[in-house]
Amino acid sequence: MGDVVFVRRGVYHDSVTLMRAGTGLPGAEVAVVAMATELNLGLARDLGFELPAADPGDLLVALRGEDVAGAAEELDRRLTAQAPVGAEAEQPPRTTRSAARSPADLVLVSVPGEHAFAEALDAVEAGLPVMIFSDGVAAEQERLLKERADERGVLVMGPDCGTAVIGGVGLGFANVLRPGPVGVVAASGTGAQQVTCLLDLAGVGVSHVLGVGGRDLSAEIGGRSTARALRMLDDDPATELIVLISKPPSPEVARTVREVAGTLRTPVVTALLGPGTDLTSATEHALRALGEPVPRWPSWHPAEAGGPYGGAGRTLAGVYSGGTLCAEAAMIAGRGEFTDYGDDAYTRGRAHPMIDPTLRLEALRRVPPEAVVLMDVVLGHGSDPDPAAALAPAIAAAEATVVIALIGTDGDPQGRRRQAEALRDAGASACRRG
Amino acid sequence: MITVGAGLLAEALREQAADAGAVAWRPPLAGTAQALARVLADPRRQAANELAVGRLTGARPYLAGVRRASELLRLPRDMFLHAGPPITWQRASGPMRGALIGAMLLEGYAPDERAAEQALASGDVLLEPCHGHAAVGPMAGVVSPSMWLFEVRDAEHGGVAYCSLNEGLGKVLRYGAYGPEVLERLRWMDMVLGPVLSAAVELAGPVDLRALMAQALQMGDELHNRNRAATSLLLRELAPAVVDAAPANASDVLRFIAGNDHFFLNAAMAAAKVSTDAARDVPGSSLVVAMARNGTDFGVQVSGLGSRWFTGPAGVPDGLFLGAYGPADANPDIGDSTITETSGLGGFAMAAAPAIVRFVGGEVADAMAATRSMYEITLAEHPAYQIPALGFRGTPVGIDVTLVARTGLLPVVNTGIAGRAAGTGQVGAGLVSPPAEAFTSALAALAS
Repeated sequence: MGDVVFVRRGVYHDSVTLMRAGTGLPGAEVAVVAMATELNLGLARDLGFELPAADPGDLLVALRGEDVAGAAEELDRRLTAQAPVGAEAEQPPRTTRSAARSPADLVLVSVPGEHAFAEALDAVEAGLPVMIFSDGVAAEQERLLKERADERGVLVMGPDCGTAVIGGVGLGFANVLRPGPVGVVAASGTGAQQVTCLLDLAGVGVSHVLGVGGRDLSAEIGGRSTARALRMLDDDPATELIVLISKPPSPEVARTVREVAGTLRTPVVTALLGPGTDLTSATEHALRALGEPVPRWPSWHPAEAGGPYGGAGRTLAGVYSGGTLCAEAAMIAGRGEFTDYGDDAYTRGRAHPMIDPTLRLEALRRVPPEAVVLMDVVLGHGSDPDPAAALAPAIAAAEATVVIALIGTDGDPQGRRRQAEALRDAGASACRRG
Repeated sequence: MITVGAGLLAEALREQAADAGAVAWRPPLAGTAQALARVLADPRRQAANELAVGRLTGARPYLAGVRRASELLRLPRDMFLHAGPPITWQRASGPMRGALIGAMLLEGYAPDERAAEQALASGDVLLEPCHGHAAVGPMAGVVSPSMWLFEVRDAEHGGVAYCSLNEGLGKVLRYGAYGPEVLERLRWMDMVLGPVLSAAVELAGPVDLRALMAQALQMGDELHNRNRAATSLLLRELAPAVVDAAPANASDVLRFIAGNDHFFLNAAMAAAKVSTDAARDVPGSSLVVAMARNGTDFGVQVSGLGSRWFTGPAGVPDGLFLGAYGPADANPDIGDSTITETSGLGGFAMAAAPAIVRFVGGEVADAMAATRSMYEITLAEHPAYQIPALGFRGTPVGIDVTLVARTGLLPVVNTGIAGRAAGTGQVGAGLVSPPAEAFTSALAALAS
C-alpha cells in the first residue's frame, strides 16, 4: 500500500468528469481526483493524505492502493481521452460569447457559481435565453442579469435552476415526460420534477417546465423570471394549464405574481409549498383543475416491512439531494435531522449528490441502527445513470430502516420500476414521497 | 443549444438528440474573478466596447506625407522618444541603450559613445514613449529630431499618427546597433531617402493604406513579420513619382526600398496606431488600445483607462535565429510593433501568412490555430482585413481584457528578436507571450 499525491497546476476538468475518471481506478483503493478547493483539500486531508500547497484552479490527485502508479497512468488515460487531440481538431469556443456566434436558441450554464455570471451575461447580451444550473451565484448578480434580460426580452432560468423541459428536451436534471397540456413555472427544481413525474404517472403530460431559480420570488429579485415565464407559457398554444410551484414568496412579490397571473388567458394553479400544501396535494389540485382523476400513487415495500416507520422514539434522519423534497419531508415529519446535500455548502468543487453519491453514502454509514432514514432518489437525464447500484449495497449494509422517495417516470433512462425493485430488494421502501 | 460547464449535462442533451455545442470552459486567470464580475456588470461596458471597436475597425488610414520629426513632433532638443511604456536609462536593456547612444551620435549631441552614455545616464536627456506623441517605433523605437516619419491620417475620424522609416535588417539602430555603417545609413536616409519620399508622396497623392493592407493580407503578409507583398505594393504606387521627383537619386531610393522586405512595416504600424488611437478614451470600455514593449517591460493601455500603462516583465521571444545566434543572445521583447496585433494584424492575422509558419511552430495548421484562438479574446472581425484561407473571415480585432482574463489566452505576438548586448543588432525573429499581469492589472483598474 502506498500513497501518491500530485497537483497539476492550472489543469481544469469539471467535477463530474473528475468523479467519473477517479472512480474504480484499478490499483487504487482510495482516490481523490478533484479540483483543489478547500472542501476537496479537507476531504483528502481527512483521508490521511499529506498535501502540497494548491489553488482552487489546480487539479488535485491523491491515490492510495497496491498499484498507485498504474492507477495514475489509467487516470491520465481517462482524462486525456476526453480532450480533442491534434492541431487539426476544430477549436471549440472558449466562452459563451464566442459560441453564440453560431446559431443557438438557448444556453445552459453549469460552471462553478462564482464564474457563472460572465457566461450567463454573454447569453443575455447575445439575446439568448439562459438556464443557470450553477448555484452559489451572488444575489446581486442574479438581479443584474434579470434586469438586463428584461431589457433584451429574454428569459433567465436560475441561478440554481436544476431542471427545465423545453419542447420535450430536458435540461439539467430532467425526467422523460409525456407531452401534454400542463406548463410548469417552478422556483424549485426537485419540486417541479416531483409534480411533473406524478402528473406523468396520472397520464397527464407537460408542454414546458420553466425553472426560475429558488431566489426569483424573493423581494430582492422581485419575481422577474417568474413573470416572464408565466407570460411565455400564456403565449404558448400547447399550454392549457399553468402550475406555479414555489415556496411562499414575500408579500409584495406575491402581489406582483398575482397581478401577472390575473392578466393571463391560461388558468394558473399556484402551489405555495408550506403547511397544508405539499407537492402531492399540488399535483392533485392540478389534476382536478384539468378534470382528470387522481390515481393511487404506487409504492414498493420489502417483504418483511410492516410500517409505520416513524414509531415514537426512533431517530429520524433525512439524507436528501433535493432541497424542496428535504424541506417537505422535514415539515411533514416535524422532527429529526434533515440534511440537503444538494445545498451550496456541499456542492462547492464537487458534483451534485444526484450525480455523485459519495457524501450521502457516508451519511448512510453514520446513522445509528435504530434510526429511520428518509432519502430521495431522483431519476432522469443528468442524474446518476444507475443510483441503485451504489445505494443498494449501502442500504443493505445499514441496519437502519430506509424509506426512499423515488422521483422518476417509466420513460427515464434509469427505469423507475427497475430502480424501485433494486432498492426494495436491498431492504428499502420506495414510495412517491418522503 | 450551447452548454458551458459540466460535460454530463451536455451529454444528457445529446442523448436526447438535441444539438448541443459545448464551450471548452476553463476558470479565469487566478485572482481575477472579483474584478471580472465588477467590470462585466458595468452597465456602460457593452455599448462602450461596441463604440470603441467600431472606431478601431472604421478607421481609414492613408499615407498623407513623409516629414522630419523636428517638423512634425516639435521635440525639445534634449528629448528622445522610445518604444514601449516609460523607461529610464538605468532600467533600459542593451538594444534600447544602443539605440539611444546611436541617436546621440546621429544628432551630434555627443562626440563619442562614452560621452553619449554619460549624458544619457545623468538624466540630462528626457526619454518619453512614442505612444504619448501620436507615434510608434519598431524595436527600440528611438525617434530623434532629424529622422523622417511617415505621416498617416485617418480619413474617418481625423486622427494622425507617425512612424519612422525602416532602415532594413541586421545591424540597424532600432535593434540597438550604432556602428559607423548604421550612422552612415541613417544620414543617407536623412539627406536622400526622406526628402525624396516626401516629394514622391506629395506628387503621387495620398496612399490608401487600408486598401493596400487589405490586399497585402490576401497576398500572404500578416504585416508584422511579413511585409513583402505590402512593400511591393507601396513600391508600385510610389516608383513613378520617385523617378519624377528625384531622377538622380531614384535608383538608389528604389533599390533601398526593394531590398528591404520590411520597409512597409513602419507604415503599417502608423496605420495601426491611428486606428487604435481612434478607439481611445471611451469611458467603461475594456478594449486594449496599445500593446508595447521597451525591452524591459511589456505594457498595455486600455480605452476606458486613459493613458495609464499596465505592465509586466517583457518575455524573451523564441523563434528562428540568424547565423550563429541562439536563444541566449535574445533580448527581452522590445518595440511598438505590437500595435499591429492590437489592430488585428501580425500574430492575429497569422492565418494569412502561411509562408512564415516556421515562426509559429512549423505547420500551416499552427498558423490557422493562432488566428482562430484570437477570435476568443477579441470583440470584432475586421471588415476590410480578411483572410482568404478562413473563407475571407475578417481578422480578429479589438482585444478585450475581460476576455483575456476569462480565457487565459494571451495575444499571439510575432516579433523580431534583438540581440541582448548593445550594438549587436537583430539576432532572429519569432513569437513571444505577453505577461498576463499587464492585462489582469488593467482589469483590476477597470474594476476600481
